[in-house]
Amino acid sequence: MSRLLSSISRLGRSVQHFTEDLGILGVFLFNAIRHGLNPPYTLKPVIRQIYFIGARSGLMITVAGLFVGMVVALQFYDTLVRFGSVSMLGSAVGLSLIRELGPVLTALLVTGRAGSAICAELGIMRTDHQIDALDCMAIDPYRYLIIPRLLAGVISVPLLTAIFVLMGIAGGYFIGVLLFGVSHGAYMQGMADTVLPRDMLMCLVKAVVFGLLIVWISAARGFLLHRDRKGAFGPEGVSRVTTEAVVLTSVSVLFADYLISALLL
Amino acid sequence: MVIRVEQLDAHYGDRQILNDINLHVSRGEIHVIMGSSGSGKSTLLRHILGLQIPSSGSIHLLDQAIHQIDRKQLYSLRKKIGVAFQGGALLGSLTVEENIELPLREHTKLDANTIRIMARMKLEMMNLAGTEHMMPAELSGGMLKRAGLARAVVMDPQILLFDEPSAGLDPVNSAELDELIIKLRDAMNMTILVITHELQSAFAIADRITIIDEGKLLITGSKEEIHRSQDEDVLNLLQRRVGRDDLESQSYLDRLTHT
Repeated sequence: MSRLLSSISRLGRSVQHFTEDLGILGVFLFNAIRHGLNPPYTLKPVIRQIYFIGARSGLMITVAGLFVGMVVALQFYDTLVRFGSVSMLGSAVGLSLIRELGPVLTALLVTGRAGSAICAELGIMRTDHQIDALDCMAIDPYRYLIIPRLLAGVISVPLLTAIFVLMGIAGGYFIGVLLFGVSHGAYMQGMADTVLPRDMLMCLVKAVVFGLLIVWISAARGFLLHRDRKGAFGPEGVSRVTTEAVVLTSVSVLFADYLISALLL
Repeated sequence: MVIRVEQLDAHYGDRQILNDINLHVSRGEIHVIMGSSGSGKSTLLRHILGLQIPSSGSIHLLDQAIHQIDRKQLYSLRKKIGVAFQGGALLGSLTVEENIELPLREHTKLDANTIRIMARMKLEMMNLAGTEHMMPAELSGGMLKRAGLARAVVMDPQILLFDEPSAGLDPVNSAELDELIIKLRDAMNMTILVITHELQSAFAIADRITIIDEGKLLITGSKEEIHRSQDEDVLNLLQRRVGRDDLESQSYLDRLTHT
């Protein structure tokens, strides 16, 4: 009986903590948007963050997109050839990359590279009192640190997704057309006929939402390190919240992916 | 009074950190708050900066009650206050010069050239000429503190708050920083509040000293008043800092008081 009560108590605490965390994240985003509306508006920090989140992830996304496209084409070819429908290869590769794999894998890769770095950087800034210093200099930390990162996330992730999808299509073309001899026309025209504007819209919506989610969650975990429930500060705290941020962001991306697909399909 | 703290109580959860603290700092004064680690002096500084909300009591800076004004007014007040953090707290992604320029770029409409000249003047004042293009990670502990001080005074604030200027520094660097604090007060007529646990540094720079222990204010007074105090708690604390033999001979404090 006591074990049952303790399990219920633990479950209750987890639900309470989860609700609190959601509330904290909501307040964080609200504060960022509210404070971000205050002048001065400067473009330089946004460009610096686009360079960090976007440009510096470019090579990783290019290579990942190419290999994912190749493996998707390989798998689809192996399946389609059993039904004599290899002409559908372009459609299958295009649709799977544009609707699902492009936005989701790009988001997961950006989470691992830029999301973790954003969380760790802000966490270190918190432990090193750099965020307090900004506040004491009458420079709003939300406006100075968070808004440029949020804007950069929302701009960069769709662009990186586009690169991923393009490279994936190229990788699929290499496997399907150049290696297995599917006709160029069937591959390209099949894709052009099947991929509709609403698929492109879904890809764009997902990429924008994922970009927001990555920066929102990662930045909040690092920025609010001092309010961490477990009370860890310093290097240990930074390491723990960074791991948590990556896990939470990845799960949120997958959950949001399902929701958007369900809404837009 | 430039800084006025009255009946300040502060808690972390159920634990009381500050207990009925009263503090008055006049214009142009160098006031040192001294105490051992964990005495609550850094918490007091965070309350004075408006970074934490007190459980009870009030804090007035330049006659404004900092916990009763809105964020816009608080930011307007903070433009008149410089803060030098213990480790400098320079932004790691900016060069030393960009760090010093930051408050000027954010709060003034001066052109880039004027801002650069002003930042370099402050760097020279802190003996940091030549470090303009270095990153904070390339500086030593003492240089970081002086760069943090340069940033704190770049807007010519009326009040300067300095957290642990001597912590982690060798005696030479520590003495240099003490001289710099006195020079700043004399040259810019600032009111300076310094938090430290170093007795020698406190006596070297202070006009008045406040001693805090376990969140309670033990004594406030001039160096001579602290020196002459026969309060058991004050004597105990000073003994912990300089050793019983030195204190009993009084030679150590005599030397510090009359430096």
